[in-house]
Amino acid sequence: MLKFDNVSKVYKGGKKAVQNLTLEFEKGEFICFIGPSGCGKTTTMKMINRLIEPTGGSISINGVNIMDKDPVQLRREIGYVIQQIGLFPHMTIQENISLVLKLLKWPEEKRRERAKELLTLVDMTPDYLEKYPHELSGGQQQRIGVLRALAADQPLILMDEPFGALDPITRDSLQEEFKKLQKKLDKTIVFVTHDMDEAIKLADRIVIMRDGQLVQCDTPDEILRNPADEFVEEFIGKDRLVQARPNIQTVEQIMNPNPSTITGDGTLSEAIQLMKQNRVDSLLVVDENKVLQGFIDVEIIDQKRKKATRVSDVVESELFTVEKGTLVRDTIRKILKRGMKYVPVIDEEKRLIGIVTRASLVDIVYDSIWGEDEISNIG
Amino acid sequence: METILQFLSTNGGEMLYKTWEHLYISVIAALLGILVAVPLGIFLTRFPKGAGFVMGVLGVIQTFPSFAILAFFIPLLGVGKTPAIIALFFYSVLPILRNTYTGVSGVKKSLLEAGRGMGMTGWERIRYVEVPLAIPVIMAGIRLSTVYLIGWATLASFIGGGGLGDYIFSGLNLYQAEYIIAGAIPVTVLALLTDLVLGKIENWVTPKGMKKMKEAA
Repeated sequence: MLKFDNVSKVYKGGKKAVQNLTLEFEKGEFICFIGPSGCGKTTTMKMINRLIEPTGGSISINGVNIMDKDPVQLRREIGYVIQQIGLFPHMTIQENISLVLKLLKWPEEKRRERAKELLTLVDMTPDYLEKYPHELSGGQQQRIGVLRALAADQPLILMDEPFGALDPITRDSLQEEFKKLQKKLDKTIVFVTHDMDEAIKLADRIVIMRDGQLVQCDTPDEILRNPADEFVEEFIGKDRLVQARPNIQTVEQIMNPNPSTITGDGTLSEAIQLMKQNRVDSLLVVDENKVLQGFIDVEIIDQKRKKATRVSDVVESELFTVEKGTLVRDTIRKILKRGMKYVPVIDEEKRLIGIVTRASLVDIVYDSIWGEDEISNIG
Repeated sequence: METILQFLSTNGGEMLYKTWEHLYISVIAALLGILVAVPLGIFLTRFPKGAGFVMGVLGVIQTFPSFAILAFFIPLLGVGKTPAIIALFFYSVLPILRNTYTGVSGVKKSLLEAGRGMGMTGWERIRYVEVPLAIPVIMAGIRLSTVYLIGWATLASFIGGGGLGDYIFSGLNLYQAEYIIAGAIPVTVLALLTDLVLGKIENWVTPKGMKKMKEAA
């Protein structure tokens, strides 16, 4: 679908931004370009829609050389998402989403329909259509930024560190959402990032670049297992922990299936008793169908116990979760990087099925040090 | 007071005509200024290096005494309304040009990149992104310039352009205060009213999203 053939970019003054890049990608692939700043990853991406013109070699999309096309036409056929989001502040959300369609001269009625349809993809209600970008949160804005790139159903989408400016929690949820969306819509994505976590989590294939040259292009697993050289090794860094136990793949294998929980209508004194009994400092709050509502911990109870009696009054609903089937390496990164004590594991219906704690990590490290002992008793 | 009433009763009709003449001269000059300065301002944002030079030259012209400019056009264009309008037009260009340039170059680069990346032509970027976002700044320049022009248009009378300046100069020559007042007050009122109307227009052409954003900020 997308082919780089010996592509180079030399800037005026002789600076070689990209050198002799040859790559080929299939339709529906999620490709992450990664490398330190100045490695040529953004230049490479921008050459695809001719925001930067290559000085050597050729790039073709579905067999057509991009240099044979009118740049404006070419860009309308390729989605583009930038780090600064770049929504137009003077246009409503609807106008922003359907701007490409306007350029393509779609009638107003159809543009509106399409915008509405796209909003449902990211679980936003149609009343957002009439709002303006500044009325939305950063995460919502970038969702719209992504929708804008999907508007004309472009088969190929370029993304330049699209989640880089968001806070970590929003970024995580947007990454997950977007990965699902990409699978569902079967788009080819070229995604530039400098965050290895992000690349490992999202990519089907990762292209690692340094000084304008290709260092390694492979699946995340292959890169983690067989880094091409020391540079790559250093770049992936902390992930060694998981590679020691390649047979542990998903969170179900290491989670504790019986976390301490309480329902929303329990009282705070019940909660604190339960904590004391189970020797824990926080409880996950679920409803009668085991759907996760949030958590409470000893600090919340201590602060609020004078004012509230029910758990549902004080439950904190902002918390990190992972879905079952999530790779252990992603979960571990979350725990280590964000300094979290635990991560609840949920299924598709948001029902709580277990919890991964720092103790679970200890088990993995223990096993990797002390050999192939049974790991069934983890938890 | 009595003299003023008496003045109005004898000269009221003529005064209305002169006010109209005055407005006509200044508004036509301002419109010409907009027609030239806005496109030129946008054009200059494409060549930031040349922009400094052009703006510098216009800045120098701006410092020429207005009397000198008016006198300068007499041998070229004779007397009457046309040379007056053309001379005033020169004065209107700079404020509008400068504001257009500042407004358009103040549009965030990320928005331009988003526009380019999604496949906008240069013209579409101007029409859908740059001008709408710069409109408050451009309008501020137009307001400023038009209000100035209404003041300067009194000088048109000097080269036979008519307008309320006729009263002021006659008053000065004849030592008749009521003539001066009959010229000066309508000019002031005209300037204030024009500013008011342009303010309304500014409000009307500013995209709704930007107004809301300002309120929120």
